[in-house]
Amino acid sequence: MSAPRLLPRLDPDNRFFWTSGADGVLRLLQCESCTTFVHPPRPFCPYCLSEEVSPHAVAGTAVVDSFTINHQKWHPAMEVPFVIARVAIDGALGVILTTNIVNCAPEAVDIGDKVKVIFEQQDDVWLPLFQKAD
Amino acid sequence: MSQIGVRLTRHPLLLTLDAIREALDDAGLTIADIDGISTYPGRTSMPPGFSPIGTDDIMDSLRMKVRWYVGASEVSSQLGAVVEAANAVRAGQARHVICFRTVYEAAAMARPQEFPQARPGRLDGFSQWIMPFNAYSASNWVAQYAMRHVKLYGLKREQLAQIAITARKHAMLNPRALVREELTMEQYMGARMISDPLCLYDCDRFTDASTVLIVSAGDALGDVKCTPVRIAAASHASGRSSWDQTEFMAAYPTGAGLWKHTDYKPKDVDTAQLYDGFSFLTLTWLEGLGFCGVGEAGAFIEGGQRIALDGELPLNTFGGQIGAGRLHGFGFAHESVVQLRGQGGTRQIPGEPRVAVAASGGGPLATALLLTRD
Repeated sequence: MSAPRLLPRLDPDNRFFWTSGADGVLRLLQCESCTTFVHPPRPFCPYCLSEEVSPHAVAGTAVVDSFTINHQKWHPAMEVPFVIARVAIDGALGVILTTNIVNCAPEAVDIGDKVKVIFEQQDDVWLPLFQKAD
Repeated sequence: MSQIGVRLTRHPLLLTLDAIREALDDAGLTIADIDGISTYPGRTSMPPGFSPIGTDDIMDSLRMKVRWYVGASEVSSQLGAVVEAANAVRAGQARHVICFRTVYEAAAMARPQEFPQARPGRLDGFSQWIMPFNAYSASNWVAQYAMRHVKLYGLKREQLAQIAITARKHAMLNPRALVREELTMEQYMGARMISDPLCLYDCDRFTDASTVLIVSAGDALGDVKCTPVRIAAASHASGRSSWDQTEFMAAYPTGAGLWKHTDYKPKDVDTAQLYDGFSFLTLTWLEGLGFCGVGEAGAFIEGGQRIALDGELPLNTFGGQIGAGRLHGFGFAHESVVQLRGQGGTRQIPGEPRVAVAASGGGPLATALLLTRD
């Protein structure tokens, strides 16, 4: 998985998220009015419509909601197999991040596993990957 | 429908013309009778061959004078183009609408000079949340929903296999189908994995073809010589418009929503033609439409008898996309019409089918049509 990844185009909405790992902290957008987490980031809260939304640090731990082991080389430099997962972020109700579970055998991953964030920097982006917490 | 192939050299506009000619001949209409055009998703050069023909290509090449047209990607899924046409004729915007979907991905892949792949740039929209994690393919996105079924509801690969095995069995009886060879359980179980739990045979493959449906106003049927099929209901609900923020795909609210537009019930359905771009998507439609409960589709199709041509719910009788080719949604509506008219030949389901469900889409995209013969 050392081959370069496709990266997001940074814009005023998403820049905080993709650069949050610079100091090792995962941040999500949160409504100042009703505390709802807003992901993907948008300039207002989907529930109370408050425009007072700002990035807040979260614990950086999560639970595997689902996963797949990808076996197909979608480009020649891709190293397979590897795990793609959706993780539910602790303390941020309703927020799921698609990510990779790294630093373990792919077969060792299961739904319900506790994981913690580990950032991988590429260019100006810090990708939140996850590894097993225990 | 045009021929279905891979690496075809026939121009995609000619494939579309082939399909239009066949549909017009079948209906007893001429191009002068057509006053509307609808397609999904409209012409785009990316991904190569995904949609090489737009409404303007058809209208201008045939010097048509239409009153209404649409070619849009932001609709409920492929068959959303048919729903749009139905709404247009009901609103009096058109009388006879050509709905088409032309795919040319196999040819494009074979001829990269002619159909160059764009250099990947930075990602935006929903893809930025998924593709940086090397989830390049929709198979990766669908597989994670499928894995929840495996882990939470006990879906077994031997059960999922019945979608592909049945599709290939039915494709063998469809003279136009792309893959007309039996698939055995042994072959399926031994296949290489693409993205757990989806293996090679759970995925459709790039195809070159064009499919056309004509949607006519109810008061314009005097113009038509073929047996008409009624669009009795349509549903295209959205859940969260996201590939990863939701527990259930849009097939669930869309499937449940279909029955709010009709007095028919799931038990009245004679045949189901349900999207199988990936086999697991068919399971979501079976559950979403209420043919079985949530998490029960694996057991529902186990053994394959129930979804066979002579079963309780004949499924994807033309071979689906896995057997007949990646017609991209339109094949399911086309085959519903064929079966309701009794024109299925050796793959015709027994009895006199009166009610069919056609559905397209996966993830946040979903369209369901209830089609009936009066």
